[in-house]
Amino acid sequence: MQLNWKVGGLLLGLVFFAAVWLVKPIGVSTQFVILDGIVADAVNPGLVTQTEDGFTSTNAYLAKSGGKYAKAVSNPLNYSFVFVIAMMIGGLLSALARGGIPAGDRRVPALWRANFGDCRIKRYTAAFVGGFIVLYGARLAGGCTSGHMMSGMMQTAVSGYIFAAGAFAAAVPVSLMLFKKEA
Amino acid sequence: MTTILLALVIGAAFGAVLDRVGASNPSFIGAMLNLTNLNLAKSIVLAIGVGSVLMFGGQMLGLVDVGHMSVKAAYGGVFLGGLLLGAGWALSGFCPGTGVVAAASGRKDALFFIAGGLLGVAAYMVTYPAWKSSGLLDAIAGGKVTLGAVPGAKYDGLTALPGDILGLVLGLGFVALAFALPERLTGAPAQVQPAE
Repeated sequence: MQLNWKVGGLLLGLVFFAAVWLVKPIGVSTQFVILDGIVADAVNPGLVTQTEDGFTSTNAYLAKSGGKYAKAVSNPLNYSFVFVIAMMIGGLLSALARGGIPAGDRRVPALWRANFGDCRIKRYTAAFVGGFIVLYGARLAGGCTSGHMMSGMMQTAVSGYIFAAGAFAAAVPVSLMLFKKEA
Repeated sequence: MTTILLALVIGAAFGAVLDRVGASNPSFIGAMLNLTNLNLAKSIVLAIGVGSVLMFGGQMLGLVDVGHMSVKAAYGGVFLGGLLLGAGWALSGFCPGTGVVAAASGRKDALFFIAGGLLGVAAYMVTYPAWKSSGLLDAIAGGKVTLGAVPGAKYDGLTALPGDILGLVLGLGFVALAFALPERLTGAPAQVQPAE
């Protein structure tokens, strides 16, 4: 089911290259900001406003860097946001084409089940808490695994190396502590 | 409109490849991070190498626009944020990109990951001024820099080495590293004794 690492790595590298060749380096986590901004602006329409020379927001984070996030919030049909929607479509079609993900694994992944059992509430709580920490950290770092680690290290960006060092320094010990049994 | 079309094509290809290399499967992420199955790590390292060689090689041949490079700033929060992301990545088995792909392909836990992520981002948006005033977002090591200055790029080099040649060499180094990494780093699990 998992592609041979050489084929998979080559394809993944080609996608990262195609992105920087044709448009710009791949990044994902910013789009969580844009989606939050869209929802918050719908609930509270004064959040993002148009000014004479662009967009700004009452939220300091959306307004930073000349209001580029505020601009994306008011115009979601931009490259980066559509890119993430397309990722979901591509991921779904690919999964369906190989017969879909088994129902048991869709509920609770095999490695988690081997270590913590079949309780869905436990798994979903961990995924929720994990998601909170991952995205909070990604925003603090200014990027995630795609933008900082893959795109960054590929461009020899110093920030990419700093990010990867931090990510693995935490991820490996936490994983060794949590997952002692193999699936 | 062309850019939207490119977003659709490259994005879909990225999502499909993440699915096929196993990056959107939390069990493979967990097996990589607890060092019992490094196949995914080998794919990731190879991808960085291939991307690097093609990009810098293409730039040197004049086929790839150096202006498409986009280098993020280095600051203290990059390391701290990396630590947080790493911990959450290990716990959940998802990172932002693989989480959305996993959710789209039917993994229910990934929906909870995304919900937590949206709340985490909202929390960051509210607490951003405190980070800003803490100084942890101030540039270190020159901020937006590459390891060597890339000819024609708007970024400085950390060292005086030529950035394009360095990028090519490091890219080949990543390819070599991908081949050199073992399939697993920890010893094979002890044989499970059959129950009495």
